[in-house]
Amino acid sequence: MEVDVRQGLSQLAVRLGGEGAAVADAQRLSGGASMETWAFALTGPGGREDLILRRRSAPFDEETARSVSLRTEAALIQATAANGAKVPIVRHVCDDADGLGEAYVMRRVAGETLGKKIVSDPRFDAIRPALARQCGEALVPIHRTALPAGVSLKTADAAADLDRYEEVYRATGAQRPVLELAFQYLRKRIPEPVEPVLLHGDFRNGNIMFDPETGVAAVLDWELAHLGDPAEDMGWICTNSWRFGRPDRPVGGFGDYADLLAGYAAAGGKPIELSRVRFWQMLGSLRWGVMCLTMYLSWASGVEKSVERPMIGRRVSETEADLVVLLEQGL
Amino acid sequence: MITHPKTEELAESVALWIEQIRPSLDPRNAFLARVAANAMATIRRELTDGPAAEARATTAMAGVLGHDGDFAALNAELCDRIRAGELTVETPGLLAALRVMAMDQLAIDQPSYKHEV
Repeated sequence: MEVDVRQGLSQLAVRLGGEGAAVADAQRLSGGASMETWAFALTGPGGREDLILRRRSAPFDEETARSVSLRTEAALIQATAANGAKVPIVRHVCDDADGLGEAYVMRRVAGETLGKKIVSDPRFDAIRPALARQCGEALVPIHRTALPAGVSLKTADAAADLDRYEEVYRATGAQRPVLELAFQYLRKRIPEPVEPVLLHGDFRNGNIMFDPETGVAAVLDWELAHLGDPAEDMGWICTNSWRFGRPDRPVGGFGDYADLLAGYAAAGGKPIELSRVRFWQMLGSLRWGVMCLTMYLSWASGVEKSVERPMIGRRVSETEADLVVLLEQGL
Repeated sequence: MITHPKTEELAESVALWIEQIRPSLDPRNAFLARVAANAMATIRRELTDGPAAEARATTAMAGVLGHDGDFAALNAELCDRIRAGELTVETPGLLAALRVMAMDQLAIDQPSYKHEV
């Protein structure tokens, strides 16, 4: 069913801001394939409030989906906020009366999320050297958050992830020797299991709001939250696909491994070895390669018709190039 | 093949046209138009550089596998033997062959991508 988001926001304005409240400057932001993000302002007697609507635009089945429901996402943001994590303030979780489908509203956080800007814009030159350490610090309260009541999440571990990605890869019918070798290589080097913790699950440059003055402002996009190895969140932000043209700076294209690890330990996180992060980083490249294949398939099967999808399919080769170099270096 | 224009020139002309109209589009469509222009550029590179890349890949795979064959057959055999554990990172020449294939494909798909160092 097609939802008129602008119409829905107008109704929501009264519910959030009271009689006389209206919506201004509603605009869909680009990026996000199954999820829509809208920026809008609430105006009224109480002044102006800048807000973000996050809503699902594709059908969702919580049983089979890898991602969590937006209701769960909002609950996790609230729980980690209460534990001291840098996250947005959740303003409203939508229900049937709002007519917006599955959605929630949060306060807009000022700053920049575009990875390319974070790694190359001169506005970030002064703060950039501090960001890797801050990212390590930012993960600690997230990893320490207990699941809120009524929320259950899937638990991931390296062996199960490899099984799942390989199953997906086989189902695509693609034959890519580099991916085959990466599966074999990683299977032989799975680190010792650790006690699972709450993971953001998509902790990378692009999903973090950075302020040019102060650095990490908020960790966004919680749809892939799950339980697992804390090194997974660290490996993902080190995966080269999220370094935006600066492979020489392994953490998000802005910093070094040592700073990420030191920040995590200094904030009270249980120290993590670099080799463990590198394992998850390499698994991250493999994961992204398989995800690119599935995005192509969602177009080939007719589920998605955007030109974005087949072009993401051509990003498999970036992960192959990265994986070849990592295989040469060895874990 | 007809050369006036060549197929890759048709692709290039479409990419240029997309770039011309892009400023007049709303943000979402401007983003998709850039993706579409990139798709045309990939098509152009595959037309011009693809045959040589496939020939290099075929030679590289034949070297590792020890016999000739066409690209699809060699690629399938390479995948099967890696999966079976017969070929590993220790196998002489395997990583070198995979590097040639991966870097050539990257040059077609995303020449501006800076790979892991």
